[in-house]
Amino acid sequence: MDLAVVAKEIKPADLLQMYYYLRLTRTLEDRVTALYRQGRIVGGVYTSNGMEAIPVGYASAIERDDIIAPYHRDMGAFLIRGITPGEVVAQYLGKRTGPTRGKDGNVHIGDLKRGIIGFVSHLADNLPIAAGAALAFKIRGESRVVVANTGDGGTSRGDFHEALNFAAVRKLPVVFFCNNNQYAYSTPLSLQMPIKDVVDRAKAYAIPGEIVDGNDVAAVYLAAKRAIGRARAGGGPTFIECKTMRMHGHSEHDSAKYVPRELLEEWKQKDPILKAEQLLRALGYADDAAFHEVEERVKREVEAGVEFGEQSPLPEGPEVLEGVFADDEEVSS
Amino acid sequence: MTTATAGREVTYLEAISEALDEEMTRDERVFIMGEDIGPYGGAFRITEGFQKKYGEWRVLDTPLAESGFVGAAIGAAMMGMRPVVEMQFADFISCAFDQIVEVAGTSYYRWRASVPMVIRAPYGGGVHGGPFHSECPEGWFFHSPGLKLVAPSTPYDAKGLLKAAIRDPNPVIYFEHKFLYRRVKAVLPSEDYIVPIGKGDVKRVGTDISVITYGAMVHLALEAADLLAKDGINLEVVDLRSLIPLDQELIYESVRKTSKAIVLHEDNKTGGIGAEIAARLAEDCFDCLDGPIIRIAPPDTPIPFSAPLEEFFLPKITDVVTAAKKLASY
Repeated sequence: MDLAVVAKEIKPADLLQMYYYLRLTRTLEDRVTALYRQGRIVGGVYTSNGMEAIPVGYASAIERDDIIAPYHRDMGAFLIRGITPGEVVAQYLGKRTGPTRGKDGNVHIGDLKRGIIGFVSHLADNLPIAAGAALAFKIRGESRVVVANTGDGGTSRGDFHEALNFAAVRKLPVVFFCNNNQYAYSTPLSLQMPIKDVVDRAKAYAIPGEIVDGNDVAAVYLAAKRAIGRARAGGGPTFIECKTMRMHGHSEHDSAKYVPRELLEEWKQKDPILKAEQLLRALGYADDAAFHEVEERVKREVEAGVEFGEQSPLPEGPEVLEGVFADDEEVSS
Repeated sequence: MTTATAGREVTYLEAISEALDEEMTRDERVFIMGEDIGPYGGAFRITEGFQKKYGEWRVLDTPLAESGFVGAAIGAAMMGMRPVVEMQFADFISCAFDQIVEVAGTSYYRWRASVPMVIRAPYGGGVHGGPFHSECPEGWFFHSPGLKLVAPSTPYDAKGLLKAAIRDPNPVIYFEHKFLYRRVKAVLPSEDYIVPIGKGDVKRVGTDISVITYGAMVHLALEAADLLAKDGINLEVVDLRSLIPLDQELIYESVRKTSKAIVLHEDNKTGGIGAEIAARLAEDCFDCLDGPIIRIAPPDTPIPFSAPLEEFFLPKITDVVTAAKKLASY
């Protein structure tokens, strides 16, 4: 990122805050992975390792009343919206204090009070939902925006295309992100689509598209700001392709042997935390001591979260029967 | 557009239109979306004149993309709107299956996001629509948690159940039977009313055999009952009205009285709603049964187009008469 542009467009405190969330995400997900390897977490563990800048960048760019519709590699966005490390660990452990009270696991986190639409494992299902949330804002004349994310594989689904088309026809205030991390589970991009840039898919819907370096939090943030501004001003949807690399397996059980080692080596040099540190240093916003301070802080917060999660109660079996249907009085209007 | 007029007979179709109109007037969160519902007024003209009255953003023509617009309705519902989605034909609901079952049906359970959405699904045969304009897809959703399913048989129920569905905080699929659209009429109350979801209705009180059914088959059962009365067999016709939640108490009460049960529906026989009702009766009312539980339902084929084929496929009055006479011999 051009230093002068970053200096002009992003407040030092905001950039430092983004750095904090990059570190918190990495530390939390590393800790969750360790718990998985110890057998304390069962089921899938999906991390955003190497891709933290995308959710941190877009979630830093939204306003309080905006809504996000994340997918499963958006931990930073959950944290920025106020989901605590303790809630994340509780969710992974199936505890009653997790955002879904044990009803769902891992990163299936949703909470409308914190502006998060929960997602299902069916990738791209969240995109029509995001368009519909934006439709509600448009019908009511509210200046709120929705930001949604999916992966490169998710853009092969019909729901991706149906959502982009609908949003474009109705000029809805929604921004579609794509985390192009080059693999959908084990399937490389070349077997997913015949095009090199996912952003080309937006052309069919006359949606302005942009490619950004997904490992550069400042670049993601600024692209998100531009797109959100356009959406809020009535300019309709934008599609932002973030080029990045999935540094872990699809889930932590997956060794990802199908990914060439040299590709991972190459991307290791472009690590989003490394890049953010280079940027902060170059701008004179922070030094090694400051980075170390953040590191210590997030370690404490993550350990407190692990403690909270582990000490939280499990749900009781019969709770399975609760909450299939909403009661009238529980519904907010 | 129809307007509620006291004392005037309205069709089943007009009752649906009235319910939509009144709810849109009553609650500005209610909006409708679907294919060709705007200036065209919908394939069955249920929303004729609505766009003029409520504007383009509350009567929203959508692209031909059922999964996309049902997903959008879910998103809008999560944001506090009350979308009513029109499936042009219930058959096309299969395109939106994922959004309905995986998202709408599970969101409240998983993360307490209620989805106050209604999907109107014009369904059913007897109209020579062929395999993709006549289906009864309620069985697919009957098996899926978190959805409410209703299927009215009369104009009164059509209006009252649609209003209840729109006011319900959960996703409701409203199965409106195309065969009944212009064939059944009634004078409706002029005041606002709802038919509560989850409550069945005894459409004919009888003593000998309970016929448990819903939708267009209610009328078939009533006709069969008239015929059988001449032979001294007195049918009770239980109209489920709601499929989920099922009014189990009403079903049990009726069968405990008559000791004999026929379950009649237009959906395919295997694994259908009739099978579920028969199983529950066998589990819970075994002691009071004086004969086998009989299911009357179409064979496990797609619904065909050609008149003799469709006629063979659909349940007939004679099927009910034959089954009732067999049961009466026990």
